[in-house]
Amino acid sequence: MDKIPILRMGSYLLVTIQVDLYDRLALNLEADLVQMVQKTSAKGVLIDISAVSIVDSFMGRIIGNIAGMCKILDSETVVVGMQPAVAITLIELGLPLKGVHTALDVEKGMALLKSMIDETNYDDDDDYEGADDLILE
Amino acid sequence: MRVPMTLSLSKDTVLVEKEQDVVFLKNRVKEVAVKIKMGLVNQTRLLTAASELVRNMMRYANGGKCHIEVVSSGRVNGVRLTFIDRGPGIPDIAAAMRDGFSTGKSLGLGLPGTKRLVNEFDIKSKVGEGTTVTILKWANG
Repeated sequence: MDKIPILRMGSYLLVTIQVDLYDRLALNLEADLVQMVQKTSAKGVLIDISAVSIVDSFMGRIIGNIAGMCKILDSETVVVGMQPAVAITLIELGLPLKGVHTALDVEKGMALLKSMIDETNYDDDDDYEGADDLILE
Repeated sequence: MRVPMTLSLSKDTVLVEKEQDVVFLKNRVKEVAVKIKMGLVNQTRLLTAASELVRNMMRYANGGKCHIEVVSSGRVNGVRLTFIDRGPGIPDIAAAMRDGFSTGKSLGLGLPGTKRLVNEFDIKSKVGEGTTVTILKWANG
């Protein structure tokens, strides 16, 4: 069974989707990611979909679900690296991904996450500074 | 002699019964689209449309089959996909084609969204017998 790795970097979780998602894989990612947010108290989740060439209504819904679920668990989600053709298709399909933060690349995505988290929390980031341990579930 | 409206150049059939077949089908469609030099955005539209329809087929009819055809009309080539299932059929096609309508637990974007992504869209369904959906995407349309 394929699994999409979730990496922890400080108070963030990084997910890089390198394969085209099929339904079960996407559902597993949703469940794993929400579990990991709770387990690691992650403040932000960054999902890189630069290698994903198709996002249909089901995948779009999963992405929206992940953002919504993480939000309830006090974590922000940013989706980065969407291919232009995927953006065109999503809008034509009728799925504007409302409520999902996006950025063009990983760097801008991390900056966006940091700014969103700094706005809401002033206190708790120090103990994570410099931590770059990877956790593969 | 008059050139017929659309001419079928090749035809291939893929059976879809389990989740691995879905991946296989998408790869076949992609191969064909690349072969007729379809642009990247149109490829993405076609594959997304195929993805929606094959999911419907799996979810509501437990599988079916898909014909993959390369068609030609004058100088332009396109890909025609025909999804055929022997599922329960759709009682109210007009409702199913409306945005936000779903008998399952989905967003109800599948059919109307798919129609917006392709050049030609046709759906025929008979309750108790099954559903046939045909879509066509021109290489540069």
